[in-house]
Amino acid sequence: MGTYLIRRFFLMLLTLFGISVLVFTMLRVVPGNIADILFDAAGMIDTAEKAKLEKELGLDRSIAVQYGQWIGGLAHGDLGYSYVSEKPALEEIAPRIPITAKLAGLALLFAIVFGVPLGVISAVKQNSAVDYVLRVISLSGLSMPAFWLGLLILMAFVKFFGTIPIYTDPPKGFWAALWLFSVPAAAVGFRSSALVMRLTRSSMLEVLRQDYIRTARAKGASDSNVNYHHALRNAVLPVVTVIGIEAAFLMGGLIVTETVFNIPGVARFLVEAIRWRDYPIVQNLVMFIAMVAVSINFLVDLLYAVLDPRIKYSG
Amino acid sequence: MGKQIVALATAIFASITISTAQAAEPKHGGILKIYHRETPPSLSIHEEATFSVNIPAMGVFNNLVIYDQHKPQNSLDTIVPELATSWAWSKDAMQLTFKLRQGVKWHDGQPFTAKDVKCTFDLLQDKAQDKFRKNPRKDWYAFVNDVSINGDNEVTFHLKRPQPSLLAMLASGYTPIYPCHVSAAQMRTHPIGTGPFKFVEMKQNESIKLEKNPDYWKKGLPYLDGIEYTIIKNRATAVLAFVAGKVDVTFPTEMTAALVKDIKSQDSTAICEIKPINVSTNLIVNREAAPFNNPELRKAMALSLDRKSFIDIILQGQGDVGGSLLPPPEGVWGMPPDILKTIPGYGDVKKDREQARAIMTKLGYGPDKPLKIKVSTRNLATYRDPAAILIDQFKSIYIDAELEPVESSAWFAKVARNDYSVGLNLTGNGIDDPDQAFYENYSCGSERNYTHYCNKDLEKLFDQQSAEVDPAKRKKLVWEIDKKIQEDVARPILFHARTGTCWKPYVKNMTIMSNSAYNGYRYEDIWLDK
Repeated sequence: MGTYLIRRFFLMLLTLFGISVLVFTMLRVVPGNIADILFDAAGMIDTAEKAKLEKELGLDRSIAVQYGQWIGGLAHGDLGYSYVSEKPALEEIAPRIPITAKLAGLALLFAIVFGVPLGVISAVKQNSAVDYVLRVISLSGLSMPAFWLGLLILMAFVKFFGTIPIYTDPPKGFWAALWLFSVPAAAVGFRSSALVMRLTRSSMLEVLRQDYIRTARAKGASDSNVNYHHALRNAVLPVVTVIGIEAAFLMGGLIVTETVFNIPGVARFLVEAIRWRDYPIVQNLVMFIAMVAVSINFLVDLLYAVLDPRIKYSG
Repeated sequence: MGKQIVALATAIFASITISTAQAAEPKHGGILKIYHRETPPSLSIHEEATFSVNIPAMGVFNNLVIYDQHKPQNSLDTIVPELATSWAWSKDAMQLTFKLRQGVKWHDGQPFTAKDVKCTFDLLQDKAQDKFRKNPRKDWYAFVNDVSINGDNEVTFHLKRPQPSLLAMLASGYTPIYPCHVSAAQMRTHPIGTGPFKFVEMKQNESIKLEKNPDYWKKGLPYLDGIEYTIIKNRATAVLAFVAGKVDVTFPTEMTAALVKDIKSQDSTAICEIKPINVSTNLIVNREAAPFNNPELRKAMALSLDRKSFIDIILQGQGDVGGSLLPPPEGVWGMPPDILKTIPGYGDVKKDREQARAIMTKLGYGPDKPLKIKVSTRNLATYRDPAAILIDQFKSIYIDAELEPVESSAWFAKVARNDYSVGLNLTGNGIDDPDQAFYENYSCGSERNYTHYCNKDLEKLFDQQSAEVDPAKRKKLVWEIDKKIQEDVARPILFHARTGTCWKPYVKNMTIMSNSAYNGYRYEDIWLDK
């Protein structure tokens, strides 16, 4: 197990290195830099002023030197300065992480709380009216575009309650935060729960056909004992994988939800930073999201062993 | 019974009178909430060229002079003193002297003096040691030789030649006075002004907050305790936020006619105004690349335009046909309809297109042998939509065009390289003034003269109108120039758009400018009737 962990750790480092090279290069391959964009609004480009600005920001140096400076800074905890706000990148990024974490956490909770039990019910009641209704709901969740659902929710709130659950100020207190994030979390979680529900259902159906389930029933185990203790525990492995993927996705992929509900989270900030070619922000944010994704992936792998004692990791 | 009715009527009348009187009396307090369409690149007005900056930042500053904030049409006649108490031209119109207000303090407590005015214009003219990161309007002051100070309370602008428009430029929202003691870099992130509101904070993607300046030199103002600009990128969310009352005002000039209709249907109490913003959509043709170096071909292209269709399709009728300057009645300098009609391409579309087809046939093109071109434009809806209509209109004269959407950040670099044949562009005018429009967009060698149109004779007329002190004579010259520019197909203007702003009825004293989107955001006497 120890060797496995060390190997995985180095693999994670290698993955992160690859991502750093990729994101750094890709950013510089796309047309335009911050100087182009700053001049863009003025409707002209003053080449002398542009060159001066590029020099000031170090953009006139070779890509290799720029990369070395960035990685060297990262190693010392120096993330550089945002080109746009001219504030330390860490100061810009750090406050946005808890916002997205709260939204993603709530959405994930929504997905698990609704997705897993409803998936089990749908499997146990296969081909019944309940199953059909749940399948239609899950299909709707998967096929409804997030921006459309989000706007629909906002329109309904304005029409029926005369208010709108969007982020305009930081919430004051736990309940205010819960209220503020629960609506967008439900909008995002609806899709995730649909995914979890469908996967739980199909995984459960497969497990429910196994011999040991028939044996458990023959031994007189109750329906709930069979479904939730014997079947679900074995059916949950692929579901955990999907939940892990969803968790990683939610940390950086909530652009539409953050835009529609006006949440100043990581994803919206990242897209804005890309638009501005704010390299220090984009590079560091992508690295952060990548770190979250590989860490979650690693945790999911470890969770397999906890959920299924037959799984053993060796070097 | 009769007496009771009379008493009741009197009471109702009295209560209406009282409530009206109360409503007319400005109230102090409250935070005005406006949604902002994006995070501005900085809050240093001098370094930016978008009203995304002017709108939140104008309240922080003062100018020497300013357009009267409650007269929608900006003109030389509506300029009022601000940090200056008065101004006077020398007899030869070569010097403009301002007497400055005394006792004014910067937001950090330092006194405002004539040195600050000089510092501002030294920065703008690139004469100071400190530098702007970018300086998009330094050309505005090309005819200013120097700014001298005469003690703490007087400054004089020395001109290279008479330029009445200088006053118009000084009155623009683009010309605030900066403090000497604050660096240009700090002004981008934490601006210090003398204006009615102090800058509090700007959080990317969240908000910009301003608070009341309790030491504002205009006693009793501002009425508001502060202004909050909530950044809402998604326009649909922003409209819903306005309807739900989360914000009191929509982002100025951001609402299309369709959105205004939508808002009014959801909130009938909303007050909405649709006005021109002095931004023209225009056709740019690379005059140096064959076959577009042939003036006949360019003329045919101009003759193919059906300007009314653009306005009807894209703006639901909310637009104006005009030349390079905003047409009347809102525009001060634009050509009147009777002159416009005489310009090729502004008359009968059917006849014009027949003429255009004849030219194209003469040039060897026809239905079986169309001219294949690319119409390049920025990959934004406000550019793409008219470009699509343009392509359709070109078909009528045997031009088979294909849309080439260009990534927004690469657009001006591409145009500057002359790496296009035909393009569609938008041109915003900070002030409704011929000097700004002509020198910036049509002067030989100007960076914003994208088509490289250069007419030395016309250039002399630019200078002549610029130095003309008689407004009536100047207007005649301006019309003559604008007509010639359109006839030369320098940069055919497709339309001037009108856009809307909405606010809640309790927001009082809101005035939307009708010939500029850059100058009307001081907001010092706006108050909330809540």
